[in-house]
Amino acid sequence: MALTADSRDLLSARPPLRRRLTNGVATAIMMAAALTALIALLLVVFYLLKKGAHVITWDFLTSDIPRNVRAPAGGVYPAIIGTLVMTGGAAAMAIPLGILGAIYLNEFGKQRPLARFIRFMADVMTGVPSIVMGLFIYTIWVVRFHSLSGFAGALALGCLMLPIVIRTTEEMLRLVPDELRQASQALGARTWRTTLAVVLPAGLSGIISGAMLALARAAGETAPLVFVAGIVFEPNRTLSGQNTALPVQIFRNASQPFPGAQERAWGAALTLVAIVFAFTLLARLISRRFSTGPR
Amino acid sequence: MTTATADVRSSGPGDALTARDRGALGDHLFRWLALTAGLTVLAILALIAFSTTQQAWPALSQAGIHFITSAQWIPNDVDGSGPLKPSFGALAYIFGTAVVAVISLVLAVPVSLGIALFVTEVAPRRVRGFVVTLLDLLAAIPSVVFGLWGLAVLAPNIVGFYGWLHRVFEPVPLLGTLFGPDANGRSFMTAGIILAIMVTPITTSIMREVLLTVPRTDRDGALALGATRWEMIRGVVLPHSFGGLTGGVMLGLGRAMGETIAVALTIGASAQITGNLFKPGNAMPAVIVDQFGEATGDFRSALIALGVVLFVITILINVTARAVVSRAERRLQGA
Repeated sequence: MALTADSRDLLSARPPLRRRLTNGVATAIMMAAALTALIALLLVVFYLLKKGAHVITWDFLTSDIPRNVRAPAGGVYPAIIGTLVMTGGAAAMAIPLGILGAIYLNEFGKQRPLARFIRFMADVMTGVPSIVMGLFIYTIWVVRFHSLSGFAGALALGCLMLPIVIRTTEEMLRLVPDELRQASQALGARTWRTTLAVVLPAGLSGIISGAMLALARAAGETAPLVFVAGIVFEPNRTLSGQNTALPVQIFRNASQPFPGAQERAWGAALTLVAIVFAFTLLARLISRRFSTGPR
Repeated sequence: MTTATADVRSSGPGDALTARDRGALGDHLFRWLALTAGLTVLAILALIAFSTTQQAWPALSQAGIHFITSAQWIPNDVDGSGPLKPSFGALAYIFGTAVVAVISLVLAVPVSLGIALFVTEVAPRRVRGFVVTLLDLLAAIPSVVFGLWGLAVLAPNIVGFYGWLHRVFEPVPLLGTLFGPDANGRSFMTAGIILAIMVTPITTSIMREVLLTVPRTDRDGALALGATRWEMIRGVVLPHSFGGLTGGVMLGLGRAMGETIAVALTIGASAQITGNLFKPGNAMPAVIVDQFGEATGDFRSALIALGVVLFVITILINVTARAVVSRAERRLQGA
């Protein structure tokens, strides 16, 4: 090859047309894929607003659930309360336990066989279908105590949240630089003190946002609640006794042909999505605003 | 914090030693507390396996192997009328679960891979953040909302498209069977499409993680050799991450098989084994949630047994997938 041709190639380093075309087509396909996801999201949100927005009134949000699904009006107030009470109960159980478990994995267990096994099984547990979790709570709680209750629902949701909290918290603890731990130890602080007073606060924003994502997922769960939580038509602000939740109301109303039921389903769906999106976006905001990153 | 500092400052070496001994109890307690919390995960998984199997045993022992080889699902409450003895064969539901999961993956995997590549290789920073938020929101939409949307919006509107597909592909051998005459829009296909939308964020996020482990230097090397971006992706990124991507697909499969409510609302609740994807069917989780309310005795036990089968399948898929993903990631990071 002549020297001049070589240097000209280097100067105008442009691949031949066919290769550039392939590259362009591939890039376009990737963009189209991202666009598909956008369209799917927009379609769902559009119909939620179209069919749900006019249903949501102060009355809808504060009235009791009608006992008859054919009834034209009524509201979802008891379901909103039930969702808050049961996900709240689940969070109160799963978040402390999950954070403690993550502390074990990252601060004590590290790469020991037991810790690696627990870490692996926590990952596997995130894949357990929610309906199986519901059956599990049914068999150990409802069958044993012969009662459907909001507490059983909270237990099921808590089991679903636990592995998510453990894994996200551990990721955050791993980002806390070792120098902080060493500095704390050098001041004479015990491991428990170092962990609670130095490591946890350092990773707090990430832990909170992970917990909120888990909460958002639990709030949208339907399947386990359908057969462990029972049904109520008036608000039940406690975990004892039967309860209901927004997803359950959507499910019960969705397959009913009556216009009133359809309206309640869409209204409840919009309410639920608003709650869940608020949690998700807040979680992202918290993790972005306060994230310190690897220092 | 302040007391600990004060302790160290005010005390000599001997005092510091005794101080350490006093605190040792706290450390032990804390360690045990944390360990117990970690062990809860194992305890819950073991309890799920034990407790559900125990409740499912009456039906499982009665049906035996027929539970997964027979398609005769005749619950107790029908048998009063005549020759029909109760029989629990879940094959039609296992079939439905598998078909719906496969449809969803066929649709979701190319899209997920496209998005993951777009986000990691192509998109500028701002767009990347936007797409990731978009996927987060899509992942956050509850299953039941997708179900409602699929039932009230997608199913009635897509029937025409199904009919068109049927007319176009009728003479083609395999596709003619798959795209058969349609009924009312609630079908394997509709449930599969809904599942595909739900699975996409999950597979995409795992694929993204896997793609990010491809070393920067390998990419730069390919680009420096004059490869276009697509050639770099094909020659370096995809071969490097193939194992991890497979794992991501399998996790999506596990998720799709366990999905309950969205499928229950859109699949049409009809136990049949057919090659026509536009016909209604049923899937294991949907059967459980639909029939559990009125079930008693052996019938209830059989539904729990369905849950056991589902649990075993998803656990196997998840264990394999996680092993594949973590092995692929280790190998890449070591390279």
